[in-house]
Amino acid sequence: MRELLQIFWSFFQIGLFTFGGGYAMLPMLQREVVDKHGWTNEKELLNCYAVAQCTPGVIAVNTATFVGYKRKKILGSLAATVAVVMPSLIIISIIATVLRSFADVPAVAHAFAGIRVAVAALVLHALIQLYQKGVKGALGNALFIASLLVMILTDLSPVIPVLCALVLGLLMRKAGREV
Amino acid sequence: MIYLQLFWAFFKTGLFAVGGGLATLPFLSQISGQYGWFTQAELADMIAVAESTPGPIGVNMATYAGIHAAGIPGGIVATFALILPAFIIMLIIASLLTRFSENSYVKSVMTTLRPVSVGLIAAAVYSVLKVALLDATVLEQAGGWTFDCIRIPAVILFVALFLARLKWNKLHPIVLIAVGAAAGILLQM
Repeated sequence: MRELLQIFWSFFQIGLFTFGGGYAMLPMLQREVVDKHGWTNEKELLNCYAVAQCTPGVIAVNTATFVGYKRKKILGSLAATVAVVMPSLIIISIIATVLRSFADVPAVAHAFAGIRVAVAALVLHALIQLYQKGVKGALGNALFIASLLVMILTDLSPVIPVLCALVLGLLMRKAGREV
Repeated sequence: MIYLQLFWAFFKTGLFAVGGGLATLPFLSQISGQYGWFTQAELADMIAVAESTPGPIGVNMATYAGIHAAGIPGGIVATFALILPAFIIMLIIASLLTRFSENSYVKSVMTTLRPVSVGLIAAAVYSVLKVALLDATVLEQAGGWTFDCIRIPAVILFVALFLARLKWNKLHPIVLIAVGAAAGILLQM
């Protein structure tokens, strides 16, 4: 029960402090889930992101479900998932019913231009850490650069590089056995 | 029964919007045309609000759209309908991954998957950097790359915050976000 509450509280904070969606949650996630509680490590988080990229749904929810399951099976994933969307639900309910012109206030727009810069600095830092943990050797770097270039230069879905990596991994294992 | 309609519309969105965040946008646009719960102009407002509040953008959009359609209960129904497909699919994958994590094929796939995953994240970080540091309107008018589109104050703030992050690794991310917000208001960014 205590760990369930901890999971809930951690993911509530992650939902609350994620500005800009998607990978903006990386720094908070690393802090809460890896550094503070050690529920998972960076390698597993990367596996989880790869899976989240090619499964439907919001990445924050995918990750919450995955980490919650690792700790406390279905109850853990339920706690983490409900917690990560709870702040949105509360804040948007207030804005949509009471503060209808919230996004038109000039100070809000200025603050968010600044927040975007802070988020950019935070995710770049998170990316460097993930690169150090997740990209090893010539093959790793080649795969990293290939998927980065495919995503920047083409309109292909992220599903394509993930599927290619999957096939390559299976082929390598097969070749390794037969050689 | 508007709640059932809401549930079904957002369940489909959650099931088919792959890649997260703004991937829900085309679906919301279609919902707007099909059910008329909100107009395209209101959808534009929703994006602004969803991007200016914490939380996953897809979830924010669903909550906002649901409230527009049927008040706060509608917001709750839409939100949970949106996340339900991801929740179920991830539960299945997580249980399979935990069970087969020692399987040599799974291990081999994970070694090739991880660098690709970092590459995908790097691409996302690239677009975050572009939005934060470059002026989109100048970029569009020039029709290509110019030095004028660089937001100098944003770049200075970015470098300062990045160095602060490197130096004080243990600092809570919200502190840097608060500094960013304050600087944004002070510098009228």
